[in-house]
Amino acid sequence: MNKQRPINVYLLTYKYPVTAIISVLHRVSGAFVFLLIPLLLWMLASSLASPQQFDELQGMLGNPMMKLILWLFLSALLYHLVAGIRHLAMDFGVGESLNSACRSAWAVAIIAAILILLTGIWLW
Amino acid sequence: MVNKLTSITSLTRNGVRDWLVQRVTSLILAVYILFLLGYLVFHPSIEFFAWQSLFQSTAFRVFSVLFLLSLMWHAWIGMWTIVTDYIKPADIRLAVILIIIIALFAYVIWGIDILWSA
Ligand code: HEM
Repeated sequence: MNKQRPINVYLLTYKYPVTAIISVLHRVSGAFVFLLIPLLLWMLASSLASPQQFDELQGMLGNPMMKLILWLFLSALLYHLVAGIRHLAMDFGVGESLNSACRSAWAVAIIAAILILLTGIWLW
Repeated sequence: MVNKLTSITSLTRNGVRDWLVQRVTSLILAVYILFLLGYLVFHPSIEFFAWQSLFQSTAFRVFSVLFLLSLMWHAWIGMWTIVTDYIKPADIRLAVILIIIIALFAYVIWGIDILWSA
């Protein structure tokens, strides 16, 4: 290996194309959703246990901290879903050229941002 | 060792099959999630008995179990991919992926228990 080759380990000086950001966020959001599965199952369990627990849960979801967590979860899920659909389309050979990949990456960013915003409005 | 580990902890021990399983399960997950979100958005003042009756119908229970299994398979493959990308020491990698797999199994059983006690 050439010991004199230029190396750069300072990540902030790289220029990241939009497609790379969309892709890494898909990974981060998938892992985040995975981590929150127990919270969701717990919420489902209390919502179905009894009318009392259903009301208790609804009361708890009024708490700003819980709303924030729920919003973060739904944001990650919606993002993962939108970016996942783009991923599937490309797996089937749709929009694979560099140009259309950039355009669809921007579309994912914009659609996900709108959905995340709407989710926030819906929750609050 | 690491190569063997990589293969025996993957869902189907076959990369192409894993790939296909992940695509198919993602579609099931997407349909279920969109249905539930749609249900919640269109029933803003939801109350307990309507919610319970949704989860008591056989069709929705089948759909829910299908969702739970898809979630397990999809997340197994997905988390396996992430773990094999970032965790290089064989023992830690094995420990982490096993914890994830056991957790996913537990979630399926827990989910089925929730559905059948509703
Ligand atoms: C419901 C909970 C879900 C969880 C916990 C989850 C989790 C994950 C994880 C951890 C990955 C691995 C990411 C990577 O390799 O970079 C992944 C990949 C993927 N997910 Fe999901 N996911 C979920 C739902 C969905 C949905 C609804 C879709 C719908 C389109 C989807 C589509 C995909 C696709 C296409 C991949 C493959 C990405 C690749 O090969 O790089 N997922 N998921």
